[in-house]
Amino acid sequence: MTALLHAAGLTKRFGGLVANDAVDLDVGEGEIHAVIGPNGAGKTTLLAQLSGELSPDAGSIHFGGREITAWPVAARARLGLARSFQITTILPSFTVRDNVALAVQGRERHSFKFWRNAARDPALNAPAAKALDRVGLAAHADRPAAALAHGQKRRLELAMALAMRPKLLLLDEPMAGMGGEESAEMVTLLAGLRSQAPILLVEHDMDAVFALADRITVLLHGRVIASGPPAAIRADTRVREAYLGDDAANGGA
Amino acid sequence: MDDAGAPTARRRRVVHGVLLALLLLLPPAAMALGEPFYVSLATRILIMALAAASLNLILGFGGMVSFGHAAFVGIGGYVVGIAFVHAGDGSAFLGLLPGTTNGLVLLPLAMLVAGLIALPIGAVCLRTTGISFIMITLAFAQMLFYLLVSLRRYNGQDGIAVWQRSSLPWPIDLNDRVSFYYLALAVLVAFLALTHRLVGSRFGRVLRAAKDNERRARALGFHTYRYKLVAFVLAGAVAGLAGALFANATGFVGPSYLRWDRSGDLIVMVVIGGIGTLAGPALGATLLMLLEEFMPEALDGLVPGLGEHWKIFLGPILILIVLYARRGLAGLIDGVPGGALWRHLRPEPEPGKPPRRWRKRR
Repeated sequence: MTALLHAAGLTKRFGGLVANDAVDLDVGEGEIHAVIGPNGAGKTTLLAQLSGELSPDAGSIHFGGREITAWPVAARARLGLARSFQITTILPSFTVRDNVALAVQGRERHSFKFWRNAARDPALNAPAAKALDRVGLAAHADRPAAALAHGQKRRLELAMALAMRPKLLLLDEPMAGMGGEESAEMVTLLAGLRSQAPILLVEHDMDAVFALADRITVLLHGRVIASGPPAAIRADTRVREAYLGDDAANGGA
Repeated sequence: MDDAGAPTARRRRVVHGVLLALLLLLPPAAMALGEPFYVSLATRILIMALAAASLNLILGFGGMVSFGHAAFVGIGGYVVGIAFVHAGDGSAFLGLLPGTTNGLVLLPLAMLVAGLIALPIGAVCLRTTGISFIMITLAFAQMLFYLLVSLRRYNGQDGIAVWQRSSLPWPIDLNDRVSFYYLALAVLVAFLALTHRLVGSRFGRVLRAAKDNERRARALGFHTYRYKLVAFVLAGAVAGLAGALFANATGFVGPSYLRWDRSGDLIVMVVIGGIGTLAGPALGATLLMLLEEFMPEALDGLVPGLGEHWKIFLGPILILIVLYARRGLAGLIDGVPGGALWRHLRPEPEPGKPPRRWRKRR
């Protein structure tokens, strides 16, 4: 198996509900792999198992050749799994810069350093500035993160993920709640990141998915019903019936 | 540490400097006025301020609402008390450790013992958050309280009269109230300076991040549990030091040190002083202990017998402070208007813009 991330047979039950039923998934180097599916298909559950917030009832997860099925969130993050959340998850009382500088700090072996001022440390602030520049938030570095507009917060999350120097980005609906123009900017931004780290993208915005993805996996009721390149997914009759609907199949969203 | 603008930082420095100068001048002034009692009262206030500041480290900066912090104060006090008992009759603690009244041994030992007990307690409590954390810290403190009540060797409920103060090398002499006062002041200032550095350090940043959004901190690769545990143990050790000093200041240690309402008092000190501020806990401790000292008498002067019900009047005072002094008494230093209520009604002003009073509610 040469894939960077390899999940096999992931199963997660909540009482009687089977949220994920033997899901297989690969993400390779340089790839953007999108996971789509209607609400309740189990996309976020899948992502939570990959990032370590939920532990699967069955199945295994390998990352970079190591089995990480039982690893806690922080340990996976240290290995290079960076995630953004469906609901914006930033540090509201920190400045924008400090949010990202903390992500840079996460790359260090440990943070049991009790004396030196972290906020004035160029070793943290310089990479943070770079990441902020990358997502177009450099001008907002000194503002409290809580004061950012919604679309800016989404980009801040992305900057934090980038600052971790990730080996894989797990992005949970990065376009959620964005307007058309903002979404388009985000698509450009994500396309440019492909060379930096492969992306596992969970997204509802079909324009974005079909513009970005090299491969698409479709979930329905917790099961993978199709997986393949965008053209194949677009043509797949089961996907059309189950999820995309006829107008999407004709190229709309 | 909040990101205060330059004018606020300057203002803070000035106020802190003035407060420190006043504190340095208090003993000569009190002695000149022929009121040495005030030096002793101020010493007790400084020691409680140390205990409150240690709680603020985990409560204010780490978001850990420990309702059992007085337990560690009590443990520190009992280290002094138990060592004194054994020093008195020449016996040994558990048949192993001889007693002593040497402060150079007792003060570090109080920190060590309190920290060592805080370690397993924190390790268990920090598995939980929110209300569970509050209740389980309270439960551990109550367990220790009843344990000490049951120890007949150390007078159970009646506690230990520590009539010999811990000895320390020259020039510190705990029998001299002025010397004791300056020691307490030095320890408090040193701990506040340490807190300041710590909160701004990498460690402090992780701690604050865990308070702000623990899920995010974990997703960035921080094992937040470990950072919180280190802070919890450190806070426990410093509370132990405060307890050891308090036992010396009052000449008494008993289970009442660990009682749940003492833990509540510490939380009240932090809250009215200003959660997560540097000077706040000390200001809160000062206000609460001054009220405790003088309000009963003042009330008795108004209506005989009213004094014992002084806490009825304390309640409304606390509510007013929480509602109207944003970030507690320390917020007054920064000149920040409004309190918890205010925060709910008004959005954060954007930097660079003055807060607008007519801005719409969220």
